[in-house]
Amino acid sequence: MQAIAERSPLLSKYETFERGLPSHPESIKHLRRQGKDSFEANGLPTTRQEEWRKTNVAAIGRTSFERVSQDTNSLSHEQIRSFLLPDCIDLVFINGRFSHKHSQLEDLPKDIFAGSLANALVQKPELVEAHLGQYADLGHPFVALNSAFIEDGAFIHVPSGVTVEKTIHVLFLATARDGTPTVSYPRNLFVAEESSQVTVVESYGGFRDDRYFTCPVTEIVGLANSVIDHYRLGQESLGAFHVATQKVYLSRDANFFTHSINHGGALVRNDIQALLDAEGIHCTLNGLYLARGSQHVDHQMRVDHAKPNCHSYELFKGILEDRARAVFNGRIYVHQDAQKTDAKQSNRNLLLSKGALVYSNPQLEIFADDVRCTHGSTTGHLDDEAIFYLRSRGIGEEAARSLLTYSFAGEVLDEIRLEAVRKEFEEFLFTRLPKGDIVRQAV
Amino acid sequence: MLKIENLHVRVEDKEILKGIDLNVNPGEVHAIMGPNGSGKSTLAQVLAGREDYEVTEGTVSFLGEDLLEMAPEERAREGLFMAFQYPVEIPGVSNTYFLKAALNASRKHRSLPEMDAVEFLKLVREKMKLVKMDESLLGRPVNHGFSGGEKKRNEIFHMAVLEPRLAVLDETDSGLDIDALRIVSEGVNSMRSDERSFVVITHYQRLLSHITPDVVHVLVDGRIVQSGGKELALELESKGYSWLEKTYDSTAAVMA
Repeated sequence: MQAIAERSPLLSKYETFERGLPSHPESIKHLRRQGKDSFEANGLPTTRQEEWRKTNVAAIGRTSFERVSQDTNSLSHEQIRSFLLPDCIDLVFINGRFSHKHSQLEDLPKDIFAGSLANALVQKPELVEAHLGQYADLGHPFVALNSAFIEDGAFIHVPSGVTVEKTIHVLFLATARDGTPTVSYPRNLFVAEESSQVTVVESYGGFRDDRYFTCPVTEIVGLANSVIDHYRLGQESLGAFHVATQKVYLSRDANFFTHSINHGGALVRNDIQALLDAEGIHCTLNGLYLARGSQHVDHQMRVDHAKPNCHSYELFKGILEDRARAVFNGRIYVHQDAQKTDAKQSNRNLLLSKGALVYSNPQLEIFADDVRCTHGSTTGHLDDEAIFYLRSRGIGEEAARSLLTYSFAGEVLDEIRLEAVRKEFEEFLFTRLPKGDIVRQAV
Repeated sequence: MLKIENLHVRVEDKEILKGIDLNVNPGEVHAIMGPNGSGKSTLAQVLAGREDYEVTEGTVSFLGEDLLEMAPEERAREGLFMAFQYPVEIPGVSNTYFLKAALNASRKHRSLPEMDAVEFLKLVREKMKLVKMDESLLGRPVNHGFSGGEKKRNEIFHMAVLEPRLAVLDETDSGLDIDALRIVSEGVNSMRSDERSFVVITHYQRLLSHITPDVVHVLVDGRIVQSGGKELALELESKGYSWLEKTYDSTAAVMA
């Protein structure tokens, strides 16, 4: 006897959603349908599945979320200001929808498209169609879910040979609506054509402990000889679910650099995947996660070295307190062709409380025979010797602990090339760490 | 300045210090010598406030206050400094700014106004000359990537900036080449004054030909077995520790 699967509440009112969409190219409709079919067939993952063993998303399935239509004006400038970075081109999205009112596109050079995917699908469908959905794997349950709801998000297209001087900041803010949990499916596509260069900050934020679910998919395409400096800032509310997939496709001699910094969210899952699909690529995937209370944060990394002579470098650090949980699953996959691969991965965790826990699992799968690959994982507490050393110079115990915690994060901070992001995060640490004023003085 | 009476200390189940008496007056330099495992470093650690060491008997007073009651940072703020045998590397924390925070913590404790960046930098430049430290070490993180000699010089530099009342040097000379040893010694000598005292812990007599002590103590098996003037160090140098260990053993045997 075959059981008839009950339709996931996440797909309820799907037909209403579909009917409300403007006319989109056939390929986009097809992508949506594929996403919907795949999600309908497989549903949400369970902890019986290897990639989801340590992260239970059942609560997402149990919550009834509401998709928010046009209320992008519901937030004031004051509410948004604290999320903005200085001197950027701002693309602001509220509950997944582009907000004209809050976005700031004046300094955008003419030949570059940076704006709403919904607009691009109408104005420049051919640019979008060339890449959208080409990289992210529909077999991933949340990529499927996101694809089913493709409607809006950020689209950035930098033509060949163009350098975007200003940083483009893509900011997604979510709110619960009169206590009703909301859901949004931002779909982002960043394309850097040959020999172009761009810096993109992708932020996700919310307020207090608002309950909502953000399920973004970001496809990043770095074509030959392009340079992309990308930052991902997770500052979701403490009641938020955030399940994101970031898929990076890199072509010959591309230079890609990303930092994922996360301190928000109740349940956060970030899948970060990079495919190095030609020779001479440099790919850096760094990250830092901070979690406390009962926060759960999971990073699943996968780097595919498909061709020879590429470098990948990953440094992920975690700082956990209270009963927080972190999962780090790092996988480097070196294909048979990928001779002379140079890959390095390291995950280091600092536990500040006895109840905090990390599952760290770096993995290498190597099918080529002339490569240099290293990986490592450490989890530990603050060094008593170092605490004593600082105290012996007159620094109080709490300040000493904070200084060493800052010092632990510093290794990732120092690699951040974009000053605005580095400053922002330093400030965040000074505010968050006990005796942060002393840390501010001492670093 | 420092008065230690009948100090007994154990680490885990082992008694390391078995009744130390030591009186250091303002302006004096005391050298504590002894073979490996005699308890020299334990004494330094206990004075600095290391928590793994349990004081089972005895008292230590520093400037008339009960030192053992104070947290390590309070001791530092009251004017006690310990130069570490193995200074710790702290990546991500600037050597200079950290020192400024440390100095201001002490100044605040003594109700002095905090030093601003300009004043502090002036002080730092002046003190760097004392230990012939390269200015590039200022911008670097605390001891991070420093050579062994640079670390020890950095300890003396910290001491020079913090201007303690009592400095305990824990084998600061061990492993130094002669140039570094001279720099360290000159740093210490230039800081000697009527108000400041030093306890110099060393395994080797060599240091004491650069820093002339007022009193030399020999520590063997957790007890001071002999105290004397600077000549004692020379005598030790020619006869070796085994000379005193033997004497001490026979005394102990007679007493038993």
